[in-house]
This record gives sequence, C-alpha cells and structure tokens, in this order.
Amino acid sequence: MTRKVKAKIIDEKGLKRTVTRLAHEILERNRGIEKLAIVGIRTRGVFLAQRIIKEIERIEGSTLPLGILDITLYRDDFRQKLKQPVVQQSEIPFDIDEKNIVLIDDVLYTGRTTRAALEALMAFGRPERIQLAVLVDRGHRELPIKPDYVGKNIPTSIGEEIQVKMKEVDGEDCVLLVESPENAKGDDE
Amino acid sequence: MSFERKHLLGLEDVSAEEITHILDTAETFKEILQRPIPKVPTLRGKTIVNLFYEASTRTRFSFELAEKRLSADTLNFSTSASAVKKGESLRDTAQNIEAMKVDMVVIRHSAAGAPHYLAQCIKGSVINAGDGCHEHPTQALLDMLTIRDNYKDFKGLRVAIVGDILHSRVARSNIYGLTTMGAEVALCAPQTLIPYEAEKWNVRLLNDVDEAIGFADIVMALRIQMERQTQNFFPTLREYHNFFGITRERLDRANKKVTIMHPGPINRGIELDSDLADDEHHSVILNQVTNGVAIRMAVLYLLSGETQE
Amino acid sequence: MKKKLQKSHVIGEKMSGDKFIKSKNVLLKNATIIENGYSEKEKWDIFVVNGKIDTISPAKGSQPFSGTVLDCTGKLVFPGLIDMHVHFREPGREDEETLKSGALSGIAGGFTAGCTMPNTNPVTDNREIVEFILEEMKNHLFSVFPIAAITKDQQGEKLVEMAELVDAGAVAFSDDGKSVANSLLLRRALEYSKMFNVPIIEHCEDANLVVGGDMHEGFVSSNLGLGGMPAIAEDVIVARDLMLAEYTGGKIHIAHISTKGSVELVRRAKDKGVDVTAEATPHHFTLTDEAVRSFDSNYKMNPPLRSEEHVEAVIQGLKDGTIDAIVTDHAPHSIEEKDAEFSAAPFGITGLETALGLIARQLVNPGILTWQDIVQKMCKNPYQILGMEAPQIKVGEVANLSVIDPAGEWEVDKFKMKSRSRNTPFHGWKLPARAVAVFNNGLYYLVDD
Repeated sequence: MTRKVKAKIIDEKGLKRTVTRLAHEILERNRGIEKLAIVGIRTRGVFLAQRIIKEIERIEGSTLPLGILDITLYRDDFRQKLKQPVVQQSEIPFDIDEKNIVLIDDVLYTGRTTRAALEALMAFGRPERIQLAVLVDRGHRELPIKPDYVGKNIPTSIGEEIQVKMKEVDGEDCVLLVESPENAKGDDE
Repeated sequence: MSFERKHLLGLEDVSAEEITHILDTAETFKEILQRPIPKVPTLRGKTIVNLFYEASTRTRFSFELAEKRLSADTLNFSTSASAVKKGESLRDTAQNIEAMKVDMVVIRHSAAGAPHYLAQCIKGSVINAGDGCHEHPTQALLDMLTIRDNYKDFKGLRVAIVGDILHSRVARSNIYGLTTMGAEVALCAPQTLIPYEAEKWNVRLLNDVDEAIGFADIVMALRIQMERQTQNFFPTLREYHNFFGITRERLDRANKKVTIMHPGPINRGIELDSDLADDEHHSVILNQVTNGVAIRMAVLYLLSGETQE
Repeated sequence: MKKKLQKSHVIGEKMSGDKFIKSKNVLLKNATIIENGYSEKEKWDIFVVNGKIDTISPAKGSQPFSGTVLDCTGKLVFPGLIDMHVHFREPGREDEETLKSGALSGIAGGFTAGCTMPNTNPVTDNREIVEFILEEMKNHLFSVFPIAAITKDQQGEKLVEMAELVDAGAVAFSDDGKSVANSLLLRRALEYSKMFNVPIIEHCEDANLVVGGDMHEGFVSSNLGLGGMPAIAEDVIVARDLMLAEYTGGKIHIAHISTKGSVELVRRAKDKGVDVTAEATPHHFTLTDEAVRSFDSNYKMNPPLRSEEHVEAVIQGLKDGTIDAIVTDHAPHSIEEKDAEFSAAPFGITGLETALGLIARQLVNPGILTWQDIVQKMCKNPYQILGMEAPQIKVGEVANLSVIDPAGEWEVDKFKMKSRSRNTPFHGWKLPARAVAVFNNGLYYLVDD
C-alpha cells in the first residue's frame, strides 16, 4: 500500500548520524560495554540493533551480543485481529540474567509493543536492567513507558503516521511522515 | 501466508502450503518450549474444552500442556464411550458447550466423523484429536515435524507404514499428509488389514515387511490392537510378530540406515522390538513426544484467530 | 449453515380429516392420461361421480358443469400409485410415524396406497396386528396393505402362521431389516407361501459380511475410516435366494436392490424363468457413497448408498425391466436418534414426499424412462407382484388416481413435510414434478404447497 508522503524527516545521512549518536549515548550512559547486550524487536528493530552493534564495535573494538525478539505471541490486540499473524522465532543466544539489556525498536507510539517486548524478554530470565532505545518517538502514549534513548522526537497528529524504511528490507534508508489509511487505527509499527 | 481454517478435522484436504505453515509455526513454539519460562500469554482469556470420549494419556496431556503454555483456560471432560448411551452424549455435550461460550474444543471420539458433527453444532473451533478409524491430524503433523527435523525435504522421501492400516487413524492422516508433501508412501500389512482400494491413495502396497524395510528411509510401526486377533484379521499375535514385527534382525539384514517411528503406546515385542524402540541410533520416538506439544501449540494458535462472520 | 439443535416435538397432523373431500361430482378437465390405450397427445375430461369414473371424453373446452372442476391442463393423471415398501412405525414408535401420518405423507407424495413392512413393535407377525392396521386405515383415502413377517418376531427361527395372516389381509411376507439367514427356513417359506400366491420379499444382506459396517465398502469408506458394507454382502444372498426360488418354484421379490452384481443375477434368473421380481429406491439411483463424506447421518441407510458403477447398474436395471418396481423404503426416525455422529445413528430416510420429484429429475427428464414406464413400476407391476388387481383409468372403475404436475419446480423443505420425521437428505433440493391431487375410496385431496 502506498501512502501519501507528507515529509521526509530523516534521510540516509541523517539516519547514519542518528545511529552513531545513539551508540555513543548507550556507551556513555552504561560506562562501557561490560554486561551490555542489545535486543532488537522484529522487524526493523533488529536491523537497527545490528547497526548500533556495528557502530559500538567501531568505537570500542568489541562486539556486543545480539538478541532478536518476536513479540507476536505477547500482543494485546490479539483478539481484535482477524487473521493470525505469522509468528517467527525469537533468538536470544545468551543468558540474559544479570545483563544490562538495551531494547531497540524503530518507532515508539502507544507503548504496547514495548510492554509486550518486556514481557517476552522476562520469559528468558531476569536481566539486571532493561533500557529502551528508539529511532523515532511519535508520542500518543497509552501506557506509562518512557524511552532512555531517542533518535528523534516527531510529534504526530491524528491522521499521520511514521514510516521507517531501511535498506535491509525496503531498499533505502529514511524516515517518512505519511498520511494514515482511512479508518485504520494505527499501532506501533 | 494466512491460515484461513476454522477447524482442523483432518489432513485429507489440507494443502502442502498449509502443512508447511503449521510446521514452521511449530518451530517457533519449539523455541519457546526451550525457554526458562516456557509460556506465552497468547490465548489468555480463551476457553478450551478437551473432550475425550476414549482413553488417552499422551494426546490429552500433550494438548493440555500446549493449552497451558499458551495461557488458555482449559476444561477437561474424559469418559469412555461405553459409559454413555450411544449418540446421546455428544449432542447433549454440544448443547452445553454452546451455552458456555467455549472458544475451542479438542475432541477424541470412537466414532469417525464425531468432530465433524460437533463442528456443525457449535460456534467455536473444533480440533480432531482422533476420531474412530478416520483421522488423527495432529499426530501426523508431529510425525512430519519429527521427519523434517531429520530429513531436509519430503520430496522423494520413502516412508513405510507397517501394521493395522485398516483401523488406524494415524495411518490415514499420515498417508494424506505425507503424499501431499511429496513423500513416497508404502503400506505394509497382512492383506486383511489393508483398506479396500487403498491403491487409490497412490501408495505402494506390500505384504512383506522385509520389502518394506528395504524400500524405506523411515519405518512407521503402528500399534496392533489385541482384540483384532479374536476377529480373525490375523490368526495369532505370535504369527503377526513373526511375519510383520520390526525386529533388529530384519534391520541388520537390510543393512541400511532406517529411522523408526511409532505413535505409541508400543506393544513391545509385537509390532516393534523393545530394544529398537529405545535405540537412539534408529528411533526418534521420544522426539515425537516433544514435538507433539509444539505442533498442538501451533494448531491452537493458528485456529484461534477471529474469523470474519 | 448451523445445524439446529432442537428437541423433536410431536408434529400434529397438519392435514385434518375435513380436507379429504367426497368425490361426489368432480371434473378433471383437459387432462393427459397416462394409461394403456391413451395417447399422451390427446386431452381428456374425466368425470368422477360418487367415487367412480363415470365418463371419459375428449376435452371440449368450457362447458356448463354443476360439480367441482379441477383444471388439469398440463397435468398428468396416473392410475393411483402404490409404494410397496414403507415403514410406518405403528404400533410401537408413533412418535416417528403413525399409520395416519404416514398415509398423509404418502398422499402428499402422490400415492394412493402403500405396503407397510412388519418391523413394528410388536412385530406384525399375527392376525391381531394385521387387523389393527386394516381397521385403523378403514375407509381412508390412502389404502394400507400390510406385509407380515416371515418368521416369528423376525427372529429367523420359526415360520409365522402364513395361512391365517393371508386370511387376515397380509399381502406379502418379509423379514425386512435383515435376511432369513437359515436357508432351510427360507426354502420352507418359499414353498409354503406358494399356496397363497403371495411373494416372499427378501432384504438381501449377509449379516456376517457387514459386521461393524456403516456405509458401502469402497474407497470412500477407506478414506473415512467407517466400517464397510460390501456389495457382495447383498450379492451372495441374492444368489442364494434365486437358487432357492428356482429350486422350489417359489415367488421371490428382491427388496431395495442396490448392487451391480445383484441386478445382473436377477437379470439372468429372469432369463431362466425364475419367478423373481425386484424393486429399487430413488436414493439408490440418485446418490452415491460420496455423499457420506459430510458425515451427515441422513445419508445413512441400508442398503447403503453405493458407488457410481452400482448406481448406473440400478438405472440400467430399471431401464431394461430387470427391476420391476420403484419403492421408497420410507423409514422415519426421530431427531433424537438420527441427529448423532454417523455410526451411532440408525439406518434409513423418509422417501414418500420426494419420490416423484427424484424420479422426474433422475429418470424421466433425462429420457431414461417415460411416465408410462413409471406407471408400470409404481402401479401396474407392484400390484401384479402382490397378486392384486391394479387400478385402471376406465369407465365404471373406482376413481383411484394420482394427478401430478410434471413441470412444477419446488424446493424440498423437511419442516413442511407431512411425515412426523425429518430425516431426509434432500432438504433444500429443487425438484421438478409434484403431486397435485389424489383420488381413492370415494375421496380426493388437493395437495397444497
């Protein structure tokens, strides 16, 4: 579905700069990489997580463990959906106990995806701390959730949505402000 | 792909794409089952009734565990069909289920078609957990998941199903599922236990178990029910074992790698040698049990989507 | 569509007695008569006076007439049709059907007579029950001719008192529902019944070969995992019965023939001069065992629905005269018993009200049989098999007539049926041909929609 684009908020270079800044902030706040692990939420959160890991590797010279989280089974809009979404595997190839986890998502909106991700993550163990990094915070929170790292705050109005495009799946890197499809209640993605 | 079905009554009309989708979804649930907390909130608030009109421990436990791992509320009703008057109970139960607003029903019944009957009576989804001699779709799916764990592709894979084909719902579901996925299937049994016109299933029919082992990558042994010998399907269990039992001697003689499967419970020493069943080199019978929970979670998950009226 | 879960309720007789009208002075105007000696090209006016055919004259257009005029333009008038194989559940299961409700069902289907099978409770194996049935239906528009059991209580052990039963009014003998397993006993029955010129009607089925069976044994039963009832279970008994009939010179009638093998056996026996006749049902020339894939118990009957080749053989048998009669095997069952998983449900479906429509759809419209042939198979031949005079459309005869509209398409609605039971697989079917009126015993009835 093509939607009407109202503005390009971040371009390719801007996205690269944002990732670099997020990587620095994460290192600074955690005072290094000890006990640190990155977990991306499917789908674009994973690619964002990979880029941040690469950036940290460039700065620190070592690679952080990457986890992938599929939150389909934890969604609270399960009963409203007509068809069952395809569920994919989560891959957390390390012990999360006592770890400092940085959860990565592309867009923060109602907070429901983050809530589901927190619940999903807890099934793997008991991390010491979980932080949240997002590329875009578009506001309109429905749950008491606040990000620790924000790439860009983009306050949206009703009728607008944020579309994140990444080379790995979309062929280009950018963040767009688009018109939402009529009568559709937007969610985090 | 989206899964459009409301019920899972059998595999006869299920496509290769759908089977693949169920197996893929089950892989996800296998991962969940490995977690320290192997439970997801997906079916929270959904009510599932397990209706077992026939004795079963494995299948019932497997479904119950799958339901609990998905956080559904479950009710269990077990009885033997002989304890209730024929025909009466299922209709009454259907009325009760309708009144309780149950989301899903898992049913095992001694009558072929009982799940189909129930599906017409109630609004919720129906999963067939074995109906008479008809089908047992989740068993075949877990068998296929186990096969896929060990072999990459179903195409050209050779599976011999040995034993009482005539009365086996496991055999029927596996015949439908495996042939749909492109496997070559052979049925091996005394002639009295091969169904009428079974050749129309596009399967090989054999009366010689050595030939079946020679043919197969996988041998699926079926449980022989003791009462069949009194109905003269074969003269004695001794003769059955001597001519159709899967024995180490036969496998050694075949001198090839053969995977052994069995839906359980095994009559050790009749259809299958005891030490073969426990031999990890040949047998994947325990993997079959683990895969059972994952398959049932996948089926419950896929059927639980709200369907459009 | 959701299946309605409902308690069966007793359905009151929807046709009250007063809808039977005395045929004092009725004109069937501009009718096509299907009877020997009449051309279908010509139109006739039939005058019925005091229950008898008074005059038959070429149609004259409008003329002053003092009685009731029934416009029969485009309608066919048959001599009254008979269904020589029905189960009315009285005495015993009046909740499923009574003699009267069964009669109404028959009338709605265009029949003026029926032969009731003896598997009542208690079994129709004695004078009292035969007389009860005849007394109950005395002077009714619909004539009921009782068939008595061959063996006491249909147990296959001891012959009934045949002479006494014939004297009481039994028109044939049958242990319908099962065969007489004991060959010696059947031999005796064939020999003994010869004295009264009444047929022995055999339900041909080897009880051992069908053990555990719910449907025809074929690829469909293999798929569904339902117990099979092989065609040979019918064939072996038909073969035995024909040999016994040939040997004894007895009169055998093969009930609801359903297999290719049986049709061929009867054909050969007729060629040899054996005194054998046979009947077939509409469901056996309409449906195949594929229908059972739905697990709907309304497709469960005995003999079971067979596969295509058998259906074709039955149709061929009807066409070449091997099969003499068409019967419905009308077998009402309560919702409580029939609405269940397939193997728990009893065998049998209702048939009286769908028979003509199915015959038109399957046999007449495709050109396999003519309406003239249908009159043979549903009137002339059955009466002859029973050793009775068949009704005729002839001046001076009792007006025993079935009037049908061959063109009127209608939709089968089981809830509107006159039968007390609802077990029909044809609910929702659109059928051609339906009964318009029936005349018999000084009465007539106009079938409403």
